[in-house]
Amino acid sequence: MPQAAIEVENLVKRYAGPGGGVLAVDGVNLRVAQGELFGLLGPNGAGKSTTIGVCTTRVRPTSGRIRVGGVDVAAEPPRARAGMGVVTQFRALDRGATAWENLYFHCRYFGWPAAASRRRADELLAQFQLADRRDATPEAFSGGMAQRLQIARAVAHRPRVLFLDEPTAGLDPQSRMAVWDLVRGLRAEGMTVLLTTHYIEEAERLCDQVAIVDHGKILVCDTPARLKQSTGAGAVARVSVEQASAELEARLRALPGVTEVEPTAEGYRLLAHAREGLAPAVAAAAQGFGLRDFSVHEPSLETIFIHLTGRELRE
Amino acid sequence: MSTTETLAAPPQAPAAPARPSYARAFWGLMLRDARLLRRDLFSFVVRTIMNPLFFVFIFTDIMPKIGQNFSGVGAANFATILVPGLVAIAILFQGIMAVAMPLSIELSGTHEIEDRLMAPLPIAWTAFEKIFFSVFQSILAALVVFPMVYFIPATPVHVQVASWWLLAVVIVLSSFTAGALGLTIGTLVKPQQIGMIFAVVVTPIIFLGCVYYPWALLRRVKWLQIATLANPLVYVSEGLRAALTPAVPHMPAWAFLAALVLSAAGFSWWGIAGFRRRVIN
Ligand SMILES: Nc1ncnc2c1ncn2[C@@H]1O[C@H](COP(=O)(O)OP(=O)(O)OP(=O)(O)O)[C@@H](O)[C@H]1O
Ligand SMILES: [Mg+2]
Repeated sequence: MPQAAIEVENLVKRYAGPGGGVLAVDGVNLRVAQGELFGLLGPNGAGKSTTIGVCTTRVRPTSGRIRVGGVDVAAEPPRARAGMGVVTQFRALDRGATAWENLYFHCRYFGWPAAASRRRADELLAQFQLADRRDATPEAFSGGMAQRLQIARAVAHRPRVLFLDEPTAGLDPQSRMAVWDLVRGLRAEGMTVLLTTHYIEEAERLCDQVAIVDHGKILVCDTPARLKQSTGAGAVARVSVEQASAELEARLRALPGVTEVEPTAEGYRLLAHAREGLAPAVAAAAQGFGLRDFSVHEPSLETIFIHLTGRELRE
Repeated sequence: MSTTETLAAPPQAPAAPARPSYARAFWGLMLRDARLLRRDLFSFVVRTIMNPLFFVFIFTDIMPKIGQNFSGVGAANFATILVPGLVAIAILFQGIMAVAMPLSIELSGTHEIEDRLMAPLPIAWTAFEKIFFSVFQSILAALVVFPMVYFIPATPVHVQVASWWLLAVVIVLSSFTAGALGLTIGTLVKPQQIGMIFAVVVTPIIFLGCVYYPWALLRRVKWLQIATLANPLVYVSEGLRAALTPAVPHMPAWAFLAALVLSAAGFSWWGIAGFRRRVIN
């Protein structure tokens, strides 16, 4: 087996605190291959940031073995840090420094000489479309610009592995796309990326591999395409009705091709083998039950999450 | 964005070393702090000179003119007593102004320090850099304040440097103590508590710091003389007193040197441990 860029074995993290503390990560195993774009998808408090924190030497694991770029992060934190770039969940740019200085000094921290650091800062500003903001301090930046600068800074010393904690949280759709493009670009040149997200779309469209996490555990881990097939369903229908009733539920269950019916807050969620014919069948079955609205779509990672946990990703 | 190609451009820069150079990373942190200090030099100077400026102006220039004079000690007038005292405050307070306050805010609020925490050097070195850089700031503050307390007073000031070595050692040790104390406070205190800290820590440190009177004279209030030994500013003031105004009664050199070494080492240890606790979970 070739050496993985990130290897996490049996990671457990319990934060100290009253009542035995908080078990934030409960036995996580991960292998991220070189050049892979790996996503951790999970709801708030799932343990995503903690997992990244351990990988980036900022959280001490309670137990487990973690190697990033072949370096044991607990044994040699400085050497591990030398090979990784990190964008944390905080928008944490150096505010007293200009955009250019944020990049320049970052290179200096990593031992780069002055001339090379200057060139690199210029080059990154141009590539991340921040050249016109060269001498501005990040306080005046929009969320999208600040995030681009953060990513530029994280990759400035040319790390092999990049960690992005919620890289698009709080960004407008356009900035989100821009960040996705940047991340795809980095991946295309061979960077290994581990990102966390609670946006289903981000995990589906951006990542090669997705691990769905909840309560500190990885529930499943696979490519988005295979994860979506894993329920066996070819289609999902959401049915919203005035009033739930056992009779309606039975009728829906009896529809041809329907494999599962789960009650939801507004009605029911159906899993079916195929999309074909599902919509008219549901409409007909719900006749007389106060059908408010219904939609049929392809299964998404959210379907898997609900399937596995019985909850929606965003509550 | 069409960044894919350009980002993949062959690196002109060296590949990441197998073992990072801690010294270079440390130097990088110093360079960053120096750049920000240079940008902020004006506010650095203003916050450093305001207190001693008004103090010497009122107490050694105006008060004598309006017939409200402090008597001084023996042959030394009050202006002479103040010289080491006000320089001592300038040194010690750089630790709080330049280390504790910004650090407290960075750790709890802005997280600006994140990037420096990811630098390839041990966290203890990153913490120590804070102390080390503030040593230079304290020395700079002493250099800025000295001419003011020397030239402004209307009454003549008698400064006599018996040993430049002693002066240099006292200033450097005091500056270390200041930085280390600043690091300790910065890691212990939340930004919302800074006002409180000024009231309950800074004020007693100043007034009980042998700034306005030599320690020896406190013998008439024995309990206070002993209690002030817990105040690091006492040793800074007394050390400077011995180095700058040896004619004024002062502690023996062994006493303030030992105390300064102990407080610099103790607060460094405490501050670095606190820093580590704050940034690593
Ligand atoms: N420093 C800490 N001390 C104590 N508990 C913590 C600490 N950091 C996180 N936790 C707890 O650990 C659990 C996992 O938190 P974590 O931040 O890893 O989740 P997350 O998946 O990143 O969530 P989010 O989407 O909200 O960022 C949560 O219950 C959280 O309250
Ligand atoms: Mg998080």
